[in-house]
Amino acid sequence: MIVADRKPLQEILEMIKDFNKILIIGCKGCVTVCNVGGSKEVGILASSLKIARKKEGRPLEIDEKTLERQCDPEYVDQIKDIVNDYDAIISMACGVGPQFLSERYPDSRFFPAVNTTFFGGALQHGIWEERCAGCGTCVIHYFEGMCPIARCAKSLLNGPCGGSAGGKCEISKDVDCIWDLIVKKKMEQGRLDDLLEFRPAKDWTTSRDGGPRKSVREELVQ
Amino acid sequence: MRLSYPSNVKIIQVPCTGRVDILHLLRAIEDGADGVYVAGCLEGECHFIDGNLKARKRVQYVKKTLEEVGIEPERVEMFNLSAGEGPRFAEIAREMSERIKELGPSPLNVKKAA
Amino acid sequence: MSELKSGSNLEKVLKAGHFAFTGECGPPQGANVEHLKEKAHHLKGCVDAVNITDNQTAVVRMSSWAASIILMQEGLEPNFQMVCRDRNRLAIQSDILGIYAHGIRNMLCLSGDHQRFGNHPQAKNVFDIDSMQLIHTVKTMRDEGKFMNGEDIDVPPKLFIGAASNPFADPFEFRVHRLAKKIAAGADFIQTQCIYNMDRFREFMKNAVDMGLHEKCYILAGVTPMKSVGMARYMAKQVPGMDVPDSLIERLRGAGKGNVAQEGIKFALEQIEEFKEMEGIAGVHLMAIEWEHMVPEIAEKAGVLPRPQV
Ligand code: SF4
Ligand code: SF4
Repeated sequence: MIVADRKPLQEILEMIKDFNKILIIGCKGCVTVCNVGGSKEVGILASSLKIARKKEGRPLEIDEKTLERQCDPEYVDQIKDIVNDYDAIISMACGVGPQFLSERYPDSRFFPAVNTTFFGGALQHGIWEERCAGCGTCVIHYFEGMCPIARCAKSLLNGPCGGSAGGKCEISKDVDCIWDLIVKKKMEQGRLDDLLEFRPAKDWTTSRDGGPRKSVREELVQ
Repeated sequence: MRLSYPSNVKIIQVPCTGRVDILHLLRAIEDGADGVYVAGCLEGECHFIDGNLKARKRVQYVKKTLEEVGIEPERVEMFNLSAGEGPRFAEIAREMSERIKELGPSPLNVKKAA
Repeated sequence: MSELKSGSNLEKVLKAGHFAFTGECGPPQGANVEHLKEKAHHLKGCVDAVNITDNQTAVVRMSSWAASIILMQEGLEPNFQMVCRDRNRLAIQSDILGIYAHGIRNMLCLSGDHQRFGNHPQAKNVFDIDSMQLIHTVKTMRDEGKFMNGEDIDVPPKLFIGAASNPFADPFEFRVHRLAKKIAAGADFIQTQCIYNMDRFREFMKNAVDMGLHEKCYILAGVTPMKSVGMARYMAKQVPGMDVPDSLIERLRGAGKGNVAQEGIKFALEQIEEFKEMEGIAGVHLMAIEWEHMVPEIAEKAGVLPRPQV
């Protein structure tokens, strides 16, 4: 899923300082799963903002709504009758949400309440970790199902750098060296020879380096 | 058993403090409470394993939120006591009342000149 | 004698079977050419080539190619270092052509330290290719006269290709394989990370020799004399992939106030003596970090002077 973190309250307060009537829109997709932008978090943000503004003596009127998804015109459409009732709209979806909203409602002001961080999964409740960098050409089968592009700090394709120590990456003792894990699994599986093979430079045209991407599937296009 | 505790404390009963949500605490402040605290079982004695530990973390979250918007985090607190400790319950209520009196009314209740 | 790959002094020294002795020099954090020249002056005549670091530890310094050229003007042979952190394949290949055009003949290919602990942690890193692919690129440019995209190069750069090896990083079992891989990718010579744990290094070299790697490539052992107990402790604790045994720290401490630096040099000299005899070792790479003025004394005491004229 796409993982995100809530922006600091002060940053959000600054964004909306000139407005008095706000709609906060959550999303039931990834950001609900990673507990950052679902209906519950919408409620918490609404209450926090109201407290802050009440304290300033400039009470804020806030309505709450959570859409099925914000990355789909079908659901984005659902606010068309109320969108004009607000001075500004805060989206708690990943970076896609506020963009889809802005495109659909060009006359309204939209603000992001979360920082979209990575594609990952939950290690346990409350802890998420990056797994994929969306490079557009998946190669994890060469590496025992582990992605060195997203998970090695230097995206190395030919083995661990000289900074790998005790299973940890040179950038931090809190970050696993993915190459340590790849090598160990290859050894356990008796496939170390795979790693002796030279892996040529990656073709990055399918990643963001090739420019903004689009996926067209003719069989679905109507 | 009748124990005297300050009448300014409004008690809301929940089956387990694990049921107390961040939003409950925030809403209390938002609606004008000068302080709000959670009285849970002793740590390690939760019937639902870790309800009181979850409550503590949520209280911490709310403290942080208040701090971010410039409100004294001490207005929100977590206490732990064993289920049968009536006197301790009353003591905590007095303690919290005292604390809030010292802090004064919530900034949300102070009328600002426009 | 088969044909030289680059004709660099370092290559000739190694090919002639001499025990090579290389030095290292970090470019200034500014355009202080005089300071760079002064450092170079200490190394002159003491070493076969001088590594010029490339924004080492991700701290911005004068570019390694520019400092390499200044060194050449001072009559020293540079070993131009390049890291993959700061350049994509376009910049990498054009810099390779550029340094060759200016007469640089040695190049050390590195991945580069992550910028997180450098002085611009806010930077976006590149890592378009890794050090292995960089080695392969330089070799393809030299031997096949082709760019990475397969197009022909009009006058290919003929470089003596170096790579680094850290025998002390983890996973230990994989390190010798990684060395083999770098040699297969095209490394002509290897300079190792600073060695302090001699037991572990002997084991590493035994494996390398068993695999015949020393016959395919020149391996230079990395030596950095310890200046102080604090430096030893820092290296032991703070530098990932560095193995400083407690016994060495004890030995330095035991030397007593005022004698630690001399003890550090003594240990380095003992190491060099052993490397001269160690099977598979073709020379020593002396990294006297901000201690360039000590290099003549160390070289003298190590008995590696005068340097061979080839
Ligand atoms: S190889 Fe590419 S697509 Fe596959 S997990 Fe890694 S970044 Fe994602
Ligand atoms: S320590 Fe491991 S994960 Fe970190 S940059 Fe080096 S190889 Fe990659």
